[in-house]
Amino acid sequence: MLTVVKVMTVHQDDIEKLAELARVRIPAEEAAEVTARIATILGLVDQLQSVDTAAVEPMANPLDAVQRLRADAVTEANQREAFQAIAPAVENGLYLVPKVIE
Amino acid sequence: MHDLSVAALALGLRNRDFSSTELTQHCLQRIRALDPHYNSFISVDEVGALDAARQADARLAAGETAPLLGIPLAHKDIFCTSGLRTSCGSKMLDNFIPPYDATVTRRLRDAGTVLLGKTNMDEFAMGSSSETSFYGSSRNPWDTSRVPGGSSGGSAAAVAARLVPLATGTDTGGSIRQPASFCGITGLKPTYGRVSRLGMVAYASSLDQGGPMARTAEDCALLLNAIAGFDPQDSTSSEQPVEDYTAQLAQPLSGLRIGLPREYFGEGLEQATGERVRAALALLELQGATLVDITLPHTGLSIPTYYIIAPAEASTNLSRYDGVRYGHRCENPRNLHDLYTRSRQEGFGEEVKRRILVGTYALSAGYYDAYYRKAQQVRRLIRQDFLDAFTDVDVIAGPTTPGPAFGLGAKTSDPVSMYLEDVYTLAVNLAGLPAMSVPAGQVNGLPVGLQLIGQHFDESRLLNVAHQLQQASDWHLQLPPEAGL
Repeated sequence: MLTVVKVMTVHQDDIEKLAELARVRIPAEEAAEVTARIATILGLVDQLQSVDTAAVEPMANPLDAVQRLRADAVTEANQREAFQAIAPAVENGLYLVPKVIE
Repeated sequence: MHDLSVAALALGLRNRDFSSTELTQHCLQRIRALDPHYNSFISVDEVGALDAARQADARLAAGETAPLLGIPLAHKDIFCTSGLRTSCGSKMLDNFIPPYDATVTRRLRDAGTVLLGKTNMDEFAMGSSSETSFYGSSRNPWDTSRVPGGSSGGSAAAVAARLVPLATGTDTGGSIRQPASFCGITGLKPTYGRVSRLGMVAYASSLDQGGPMARTAEDCALLLNAIAGFDPQDSTSSEQPVEDYTAQLAQPLSGLRIGLPREYFGEGLEQATGERVRAALALLELQGATLVDITLPHTGLSIPTYYIIAPAEASTNLSRYDGVRYGHRCENPRNLHDLYTRSRQEGFGEEVKRRILVGTYALSAGYYDAYYRKAQQVRRLIRQDFLDAFTDVDVIAGPTTPGPAFGLGAKTSDPVSMYLEDVYTLAVNLAGLPAMSVPAGQVNGLPVGLQLIGQHFDESRLLNVAHQLQQASDWHLQLPPEAGL
C-alpha cells in the first residue's frame, strides 16, 4: 500500500544542528546511523508533498474544539514542598542549576 | 478465579464467594510466579494492593455494590500514581514518584478498584512492540519469542496471561488496539477528549487518549464507565454527557450497517489474517448486520501525516525534561547547557531521541509550512473520509493489524518497517474517533484482532457490536499456553 518515495537529502551536520537545538547530543560514532534513519523517515513523510491541500484548513484538534478558558482565579493550593521533594537538587525552596552568570 | 470476567468477579465479591483480599493475593501470586516469563510489570505494589483490598472488603461488608469495588487492576506506567513510581518506560523517569494521581487513577481508586502495579510499555509510548522500554521488552504470552505489541504491551500481556482481569492503556496511534490484537484481548480507544489526560504523561497531545483493556467488551464498558467524563483540569476534555456504556450491550444487531474500507483489505494484509477477519464479519452478518463496501481514500497518507504530527507534538512535550525539576539529572554538570543536554542524552532512549529530532525538524523555521501545516491539512482530509463514510454506515470494520505478532527484534533495526505496522490504526487517532480491537480467532496459534471504528462519541455502539460478537464466538475465551497453569 505504501512505498517510500525518495530519500530526503539530509546531511549529518543538519542532524547535529537539530540535536543541538533539541538539546539531545548524538554521540559522534552514532551520528551517521542516526542521520540515515532520519533520512528514511523524512523520505516517508515526504509523500505528503504530492497532495493538493490548497483549499484545506489545517486541523489542530480532531473535534475542531477551541481552547476552553477558565476564570482567572487562584484555584490551586501551594504544593511547593511536594513538588520540590522530587527535584534532583533544591536548597531553601529554590531549584539548583549550575552557575549561569560569572 | 483468574479466568473469570470482571462482571463475574464482581458478582463473586458481592455474593461473598471470595473476598477482594483473596482475589488480590491470588493475582499477586500469579504475577510472582508467571511474570518472569512476560516482563509485563515495571512495578508491583503488594503492600498498597493488599491495603486497598482490605478497604474494599470493608466497603463490601457494609453493603456497597459499586460495579468495580474490590476488582484488581493494573495501570500502564504512563498514568501518574501518587506515591508509586511512574516511569513511562524511560530512564528519564526511573526515579519519578508523582506527587499526585492522574484523573483516571483517582477515579478508579474512588471506584474501589485495587491497584496491583504498573505495566511495561514502549518508552514514552513511542513504539509498536514494547521493545523500547528502559526495563526490557515485554513478551507475548502466546509465544514468548514474539512481541506483545505496543506501546501498551505490558497491559495487554498481563490481561492475556490472566495476571490481572483489567488494565488501562493509552492509544496515540494504535497503542491500545494493536497490543490487544497481538495478545488476543479486547481493547477500546475512546473518542479524543472522552477520558481525561490529566496526569497521563504526554506524548502527542492532540492524539493521546486513555482507555480500557480487558478480556471482554462488557469488562471494557465497566471500566470506561468509571473513567469517562469531563475533567475541568484537562483543557481538551469533552463536555459531552457520559452514557452508561453497559446499557446497549444486549441490543440486537439487526439493521446495523458495517462499512468495510477497500483500503483495509488490499495489498499488505496477510491472507490468513484477512480470512479470520472476514469470518468474524460473517458472524456479525449472521446476527443481522449488513456489510457494505466503502472507501477511505486517504488511508495511505495517515502514516506520513502521523509521523509529522506525533513527533512535532512529542518534541514540544518532551522539552519539559530538563534535569531541573524532576526526572534524570546528569552528574556534575559543567554549565546549564551541559545539564540540559547530558541529562536528556542519558535519560532518553534511541527511538525517543529520533522522534524529538524529526519533530524539531518539522517545526523548524523554513520547514513548518511544508511539514507541520501540510500534515494538519491532510489530517482534515483523513477525517473527512470517515465523516463521508459514516453518512452511509454505522460502524467501520477491518483488521487491527496486517498480521499477527512479529518476533522480538524483527523490526527494531528499521524504524520505518515498524511504523508501517500501524497502517490500519493511525487514521483513527488523526480523526479523533473511538475504535476497538476484538479477538477474531488465530493464525498458527497467534491471535488476530477485528477492528471496529465508530463515530465520535459512539462508544456504546462499538461495545454493543463487540459484545454481540463475543456472545456468538469463543475467541476471547482462549487461554495462552502457560496462563492455564
